[in-house]
Amino acid sequence: MANTSAHADHHDDHDHKPEGFLDRWLFTTNHKDIGTLYLIFAFTMVIIGAAMSVVIRTELASPGLQHVQPYFFNQMTTLHALVMIFGAVMPAFVGLANWMIPLQIGAPDMALPRMNNWSFWIMPFAFTMLLGTLFMPGGGPAGGWTMYPPLALQGGASVAFMVFAIHMMGISSIMGAINIIATILNMRAPGVDLLKMPLFTWSWLITAFLLIAVMPVLAGAVTMLLTDKFFGTSFFNAAGGGDPVMYQHIFWFFGHPEVYIMILPAFGIVSEIIPTFSRKPLFGYQAMVYAVASIAFLSFIVWAHHMFTVGMPLGGELFFMYATMLIAIPTGVKIFNWVSTMWQGSISFETPMLWAIGFVVLFAIGGFSGIMLALVPADFQYHDTYFVVAHFHYVLVTGALFSIIAAIYYWWPKWTGRMINETWGKVHFWWTMVFVNLTFFPQHFLGLAGMPRRIPDYNVAFADWNLISSIGAFGMFVTPWMMIAIFAMSKKQGAIAPQRPWEGAHGLEWEVPSPAPHHTFTNPPVIKPGMLAHGDVTH
Amino acid sequence: MRNIGKWGLGAGLTAGWAVAFAAAPERVPWQLNMHPGVTQSSHDAYDLHMLALWICVGIGLIVFGAMFYAMFAFRKSKGAVPATWSHNTIAETIWTVVPILLLVAMAWPATKVLINEAYTNESQMTVKITGYQWKWGYDYVNWGDKAYHVHFISRLDEKSDRTRQLRSGLNPGDVKDAQGENTYLIDVDKPLVLPTNTKVRFVVTGDDVIHSWWVPALGWKSDAIPGIINDTWTNISEPGIYRGQCAELCGQDHGFMPIVVKAVPPEDFKKWLDEQEAAQNPPAPAAAPVAQQGVPSMPSNG
Repeated sequence: MANTSAHADHHDDHDHKPEGFLDRWLFTTNHKDIGTLYLIFAFTMVIIGAAMSVVIRTELASPGLQHVQPYFFNQMTTLHALVMIFGAVMPAFVGLANWMIPLQIGAPDMALPRMNNWSFWIMPFAFTMLLGTLFMPGGGPAGGWTMYPPLALQGGASVAFMVFAIHMMGISSIMGAINIIATILNMRAPGVDLLKMPLFTWSWLITAFLLIAVMPVLAGAVTMLLTDKFFGTSFFNAAGGGDPVMYQHIFWFFGHPEVYIMILPAFGIVSEIIPTFSRKPLFGYQAMVYAVASIAFLSFIVWAHHMFTVGMPLGGELFFMYATMLIAIPTGVKIFNWVSTMWQGSISFETPMLWAIGFVVLFAIGGFSGIMLALVPADFQYHDTYFVVAHFHYVLVTGALFSIIAAIYYWWPKWTGRMINETWGKVHFWWTMVFVNLTFFPQHFLGLAGMPRRIPDYNVAFADWNLISSIGAFGMFVTPWMMIAIFAMSKKQGAIAPQRPWEGAHGLEWEVPSPAPHHTFTNPPVIKPGMLAHGDVTH
Repeated sequence: MRNIGKWGLGAGLTAGWAVAFAAAPERVPWQLNMHPGVTQSSHDAYDLHMLALWICVGIGLIVFGAMFYAMFAFRKSKGAVPATWSHNTIAETIWTVVPILLLVAMAWPATKVLINEAYTNESQMTVKITGYQWKWGYDYVNWGDKAYHVHFISRLDEKSDRTRQLRSGLNPGDVKDAQGENTYLIDVDKPLVLPTNTKVRFVVTGDDVIHSWWVPALGWKSDAIPGIINDTWTNISEPGIYRGQCAELCGQDHGFMPIVVKAVPPEDFKKWLDEQEAAQNPPAPAAAPVAQQGVPSMPSNG
């Protein structure tokens, strides 16, 4: 093997990368390279998912059907969600975890490097299968990403492809999660106690447990869909003694923790960036850890708030309403702590900080609409309208996606040894701020005015805000290309990044050179006071 | 001080919107807010919505106000020196306890409303709603203590249907009702006729896939699920035409199965229902004479 990490005389400065392209990327067991692969994969999926949203928003730009048939429109909304959730946001966070967790805890690599390779490399196959359905007779899945039966079972062969693709994504996620837990629990350098770990690593430790808990539940739910469709079972078929609502309970028992799988790592990222650029320790470090843990726990007992209109008994509605509202408490603690971290700091506004601040403000708006949606009688009006679409895009796009972009800007100098052009980074941020709000804020109004979601055409009273929203979406579609240009420019001609490119940055990742060598921490670091962000503060 | 000024300004602006839109027709271009509707449920939903909105606006102003203040006051470029503290027990207690109180302030009225809405007993008539791909079926089951067998299917009106075909070349703006209101995709061939000031119980089910019956002016939606019967109720205060749409993805024509409720005074409703009953169930020629039961006795509105 070309990988020489086992050499006894190996040092950080010996940058032994495998020579051949396939050796380097296909057979890689290196956490940094696998992290890069995950990020490139996620970026590709962002482009594909965004292209689908352009189809959706083009059709919705004005009333009347101008461009696509309704059935194709439904394929677009279904695949847009599956691609963005399982193809973009989750792999991007796993990529960041791969890159940063070993660096943050002083480990030489992930605990299970070969499994790490496999977790990544089944993803492209899963998505080839899923997206391939678009070119099959009957087209892709069109029953919504939630795949509610009986509708989802009306699809053709695409149901089988979708189910197997989801199985593969699930296997990948579970292996990734096992790897992350094994790494964090076993491979911390001496002195990196659990309660001195960076928040990003903490949030991923908790997220990984969520993944292991709920991905098998999703696998079970879609397997039952598969056997209902192709093997004559009646799990969800009322005529055969099954229950279509049971599917929704099982799905959302996965689906709600899934929502937090996509936001807890974001909390971690923002908790890294805000102290760095405020030059002040994170406010309430332990409270932040406990808040993440309690959000994770609560995420298991709120699933039916996605189903308030299915006709649950009064007691069920009340329980899920109260449990859901409780989530506001730890989430509020996090937001208050971020603001308090900035209070009396010495703040500067480099690009990562702008994205992190954008995250806090816009994620909070998504949280506000979340509280409103928790109120069952109000939800009877909001449910399945554009108000919900606005809500989850505020938490997923300006929440999860903003944090991913912030993280890439933040750690890019460490990955590549180059700085980005701050002016262009700021243009990217402000451009996105304008267009993302133009896209999603008017959707609140549309939902309140009575526009249902997942429709390809609408009454003319909804036309104006839809046009604004479409203009916003077209503006948003520019941003991934802008991002490519900014990072390509940085890689080519960016200023050389110092080891610690951000003045206020603490943590072990800033103790290795920039760019981080192919192998780091082959000898455990000796932790000195002040090296860890949370090591020199009394709790 | 600064926050209080912003709070006042924001409150004024939003209260202005609320007033402007409370009296507006149900669907207007550039509409910003929910319409209060025409039933107790819809008023309750609207009030809860506004309560939650105001609480969120208040929290938002304080949090974002503090954040923007920090961003201006504690800039490195202005020579700010970072403090080193990272704890404040009093502040942490306050921002845990105050949100709990605010949540209780929202959960309390929400619970009251929900208990009321779950009470489907003492209804004066029952209508069965069935969702089909892609139309609605309505069965009038009873009115007072008299059983009825009135059934019809309600589907998208012809003009909308022609206009909504891909590249039809027809202008959605031209689909209007007699009053000139645009009814594109929100009009049907046969509306669901309901009496005003009557507690109407609905039993809702689906025939093929899951649909959801939603008329915003009534204040709720109820999923129409094959194999399951959901029950819910309404009591419409004003005569009028109220429009809605299917709210659960149900296949390719999910966007094209609207709902129209025509609320009329009870006397008119009774006349209409008897006409329908007679038209749909003509007496068999040799059958025993059916006693004309007259106006059915209505349960008291207690």
